Amino acid sequence: MIGLSHYLVVAAILFAISIAGMFLNRKNMLVLLMCIELMLLAVNLNFIAFSHYMDDMAGQIFVFFILTVAAAEAAIGLAILVVLFRSRRTINVQELNELKG
Amino acid sequence: METVYLAIPLAPLLGAIIAGLFGKQIGRNLSHWVTTGSVALAFLLSLFVFKHITLDGGAVYNGAVYTWAVVDNVKMEIGFLIDNLTILMMLVVTFVSLMVHIYTIGYMRDDPGYQRFFSYISLFTFAMLMLVMSNNFLQLFFGWEAVGLVSYLLIGFWYEKDAAVYANMKAFIVNRIGDLGFLLGIAIILIYTNSLDYTVAFEKFEVHKVNLPGIFPLTVGPLSALDGVDALDLAMVLLFIGAMGKSAQVPLHVWLPDSMEGPTPISALIHAATMVTAGIFMVARMSPLYELSDIALNVILTVGATTAFFMGLVGIVQNDIKRVIAYSTLSQLGYMTVALGASAYSAAVFHLMTHAFFKALLFLAAGSVIIAMHHEQDMRKMGGLRRYMPITYWTALIGSLALIGFPGFSGFFSKDLIIEAVGKSGLVMANYAYVMVVLGVFVTAFYTFRMFFMVFHGDERMDDHTLAHLRESPRVVTTPLILLAIPSVLAGFLIDPVALGDFFNQVLLPAKEGFRDVTTIMVDGSKHLAMSQLRESYHGILGFIMHGFLSPALWLAAAGAGLAWYMYMKNDELADWFYDHFGWLHKLLTEKYYLDTFNQKVLANGALYLGNSLWTLGDKLLIDGLFVNGTVKVVKRGAGLISRLQTGYLYHYAFSMVLGIALMVAWILFAYSS
Amino acid sequence: MSFEQLLFYLFSGVLLLAGISMVTVRNPVYAALSLIVCFFTSAAIWVTLEAEFLGIVLVLVYVGAVMVLFLFVIMMLDINHDHLKEGFIKYLPVGLLVALVIAVEMILVLSGGGFDGEKYMQGQRHGADYSNTKALGEVLYQQYLYPFEIAAVILLVAIIAAITLTLRRRPNSKSQNIDQQVRVKREDRVRLVKMEAEK
Repeated sequence: MIGLSHYLVVAAILFAISIAGMFLNRKNMLVLLMCIELMLLAVNLNFIAFSHYMDDMAGQIFVFFILTVAAAEAAIGLAILVVLFRSRRTINVQELNELKG
Repeated sequence: METVYLAIPLAPLLGAIIAGLFGKQIGRNLSHWVTTGSVALAFLLSLFVFKHITLDGGAVYNGAVYTWAVVDNVKMEIGFLIDNLTILMMLVVTFVSLMVHIYTIGYMRDDPGYQRFFSYISLFTFAMLMLVMSNNFLQLFFGWEAVGLVSYLLIGFWYEKDAAVYANMKAFIVNRIGDLGFLLGIAIILIYTNSLDYTVAFEKFEVHKVNLPGIFPLTVGPLSALDGVDALDLAMVLLFIGAMGKSAQVPLHVWLPDSMEGPTPISALIHAATMVTAGIFMVARMSPLYELSDIALNVILTVGATTAFFMGLVGIVQNDIKRVIAYSTLSQLGYMTVALGASAYSAAVFHLMTHAFFKALLFLAAGSVIIAMHHEQDMRKMGGLRRYMPITYWTALIGSLALIGFPGFSGFFSKDLIIEAVGKSGLVMANYAYVMVVLGVFVTAFYTFRMFFMVFHGDERMDDHTLAHLRESPRVVTTPLILLAIPSVLAGFLIDPVALGDFFNQVLLPAKEGFRDVTTIMVDGSKHLAMSQLRESYHGILGFIMHGFLSPALWLAAAGAGLAWYMYMKNDELADWFYDHFGWLHKLLTEKYYLDTFNQKVLANGALYLGNSLWTLGDKLLIDGLFVNGTVKVVKRGAGLISRLQTGYLYHYAFSMVLGIALMVAWILFAYSS
Repeated sequence: MSFEQLLFYLFSGVLLLAGISMVTVRNPVYAALSLIVCFFTSAAIWVTLEAEFLGIVLVLVYVGAVMVLFLFVIMMLDINHDHLKEGFIKYLPVGLLVALVIAVEMILVLSGGGFDGEKYMQGQRHGADYSNTKALGEVLYQQYLYPFEIAAVILLVAIIAAITLTLRRRPNSKSQNIDQQVRVKREDRVRLVKMEAEK
């Protein structure tokens, strides 16, 4: 049988992968945004799994809102990226340290 | 009657406001008419009250006319307590004030600050009346501070004189020390009784109990740290410290001699007759409470006796005519204080009254002399004035005789009564006080007649110009002298009703449940026997005078006067011989026991040093250096360190977030496993 | 191995592999495509968990809209992707280490959390007449109506924000100025000239 912990483990690994991705693609902001999407996906997977095994609709509602907010976040993030690229001609994170303290 | 009571202090206030604010517009003449008229009105109304309550036996008035504020159930009111003690003070204050007003018209004739001066003395009359008529501690304190303020203003009246400005600062600062004690005393009473009213305080401290009430532990409110100290003892001693400041008792007396920098009418009104007696009045007013505290009475006795004798000694070596009288005032205030300590409150108030008359007389006579001498105050440059100023001479003689206690004059009765009372007092310090006051009589007689002979007898030592212009002072100056000379002689015959009779036995709080009445002046007959014994042995005025001839005091006074006569009239070498052989004593006295030097060197410099070290150590190093700048430095340094964490690189932030997650999960793991 | 298990392992395996490929490939276009695979397989897993509505939404919204947006941006921006991959090898050990630590920790939490119990072995299976969409809608439009409306506002804000951020006026582009056209008056267009009549 496939138990809850199976899904949780898959989600945990997916989460870890996306964290590793953030380290590996530390320069490319596009891929960083994608890693965030992947992270949210892992979290959503957890919610869906819990919702199913605990028979509680609230988990799916939560996923619904996360999807909404994540879509908004992706839209604004990409918009910022475009503006950034227009003014700096680069999306290399390493060159973006204007906010250094 | 309330209207009358209100009008008595408000009339001089109105006069002061008119003369003070509109003096320029209304001119000199109108200014002195307005102020003198208002004080005369106050005097007449006081006489009316005197007739109504004292002579016709009207009821004691004790009530509030205005509630200023109510804070935490403590009422702050303006109210009047009108009984015989108050009426006596009102009469003395308004009468002397009226005399001084009239006298000032002549004395200050050419002064540019004429209107200002009248405004001040009227304001003083208002403040003093508020003080004596008060029925609560707040108003008492108001009057207390207001007379202090006016005293400050008047000592520094000639503000272009450096000495005057220093003297008024000194008076103000020394009085602050006393006032601190006074305020603390009031605070203790307020904490303990939760009221500012006199009668409530009397009630709360159970003065109406026949048997001695218990102790009053100081466990109320924030004073629980002083557990074990009797609230009453502490409050009474603190209140007396206030009286020491105002009534110039050792060691807070230092301001009074210097206050002679002010105009002479002021010395007569404020620094001899009225304001300085506020402390005496206050203790007498609080007599029901003071009776319960033997500790406070002993303190009063000691301080008073010390002042009476040692300040008189200083008077011997002074050459400034006003300073001699100033030291005499100190000494006489000492006598009053001693009387208070011996529970002879009525004797103290009696002496207060007689002293007010004859000392005001002496001051005004001295002022008259000073006018004639063209503002020369050094007695060594006077002499032989008897021939030129007969009225001043005779009135000054009356004042001097009253001061030394010549039989039949007012001072004789009051001073003799005090000495007798001290002799019969059973307190620990009574023997010391008795020796001091008896010796003080000799000293008093000596310096008084030294001054008298130096000024009015002997050769004319002034320069020719002054000698050519020597003449009697104008009528406005001599009239008050004559008017004051009358009570200086006759006031003593009031001894029967005032000092020994039932004058001060008016009931303030009726007795309840078999306890005794609370009266204006209460003496605990079971403990403090002096007054009741005196009352028993008193058989008429003639008997009292005859008895005076048997007491050592009179003979000592005669000896003092005689010695003065011998030294300054007959044999000049005796003074030189004393000076040669007791130079150290002379030096000690001219330096006023080095008290001023001590104050200046130790207290003032010590305070300066303390302030400086607190400034450098506390302010500059600790507060500025450590707290203010130190905080800035720490924040700056810390912020500099922390800002390095903010690299501006996105992945650093991401990394810290991830690290945070890792640590958080690790923490959860750790928490669950253990 | 049951069919269910087979599906699970299949989709999970593809999901994880696609995830790995997403974070490792050089070209962001391939990364985006890998992410799309991730979304597809996730949606499949969600469907097996009876979350049909969300599974379909994931495909429609994420694959159909968000990922297209990503690809659009990737291709629109003229980026030299090569040097963006610099330091990949250098940071590989650190990244792997951190990822491993997180993964291990999470799995430790899971193993200690009691999710292996009997209760969590079998999910609630509904009959054929069960409608996930209806169930979700009932909860969403009743219990969570207020958050739902807030979410709508957030989306609106996001739309406006994205447009405002990227909107720019090109000086040389030819476009109509609508408000000026509307505000135009007769005097601006027609000039009446008074002339002497020809004789």
